[in-house]
Amino acid sequence: KHIAIELKNDLILTGTLHSVDQYLNMKLSTVSVVGEERYPQLGGMKNVFVRGSVVRYIQLPKGEVDVELLQDATRKENAPKKISEKS
Amino acid sequence: MASTLEELIGKKVSVICGDGRCLIGTLKGYDQVQNIVLSETHERAFSLDSPVELIDLGLYIVRGDNLAIIGELDEEEDAKVDLGSVRAEPLKPVMHTAL
Repeated sequence: KHIAIELKNDLILTGTLHSVDQYLNMKLSTVSVVGEERYPQLGGMKNVFVRGSVVRYIQLPKGEVDVELLQDATRKENAPKKISEKS
Repeated sequence: MASTLEELIGKKVSVICGDGRCLIGTLKGYDQVQNIVLSETHERAFSLDSPVELIDLGLYIVRGDNLAIIGELDEEEDAKVDLGSVRAEPLKPVMHTAL
């Protein structure tokens, strides 16, 4: 899936998400730098590994996100806590 | 889906560090916390006023905490770039707390 990642050093990368792990380290293929491409430092890179700790935001395509499913899942995660608080 | 550096082993990689430095070397090894070992490393120091400075470093170990990005360097694409004429702002360091 095509995503954009905004990093904590203000760089924005776009590419296809190849894999992700529990730390949200990500591998992207066909990467390009959105941040005005005035960063030749990343010139020769096509496939990158991005460490989870440097990511500020991950931008997903709007159509790919099932917001209702997410809301339901979050609600269910929080529900057991509420019951135990009441008792 | 495991995200490891396995495929990059033995390849020439470009590493962006947490302080904004750009290192280029051959990935010799890594571990679960992304500590990496690079051989034949050199740093490319970019600046707005002067040409890219190449600093030879040899065998380097970069601690995973200080790692931001590792990418496979496409040598063909990289060869097209004339480093002598590149003027660029150095990359910003990674800020874990925004001000």
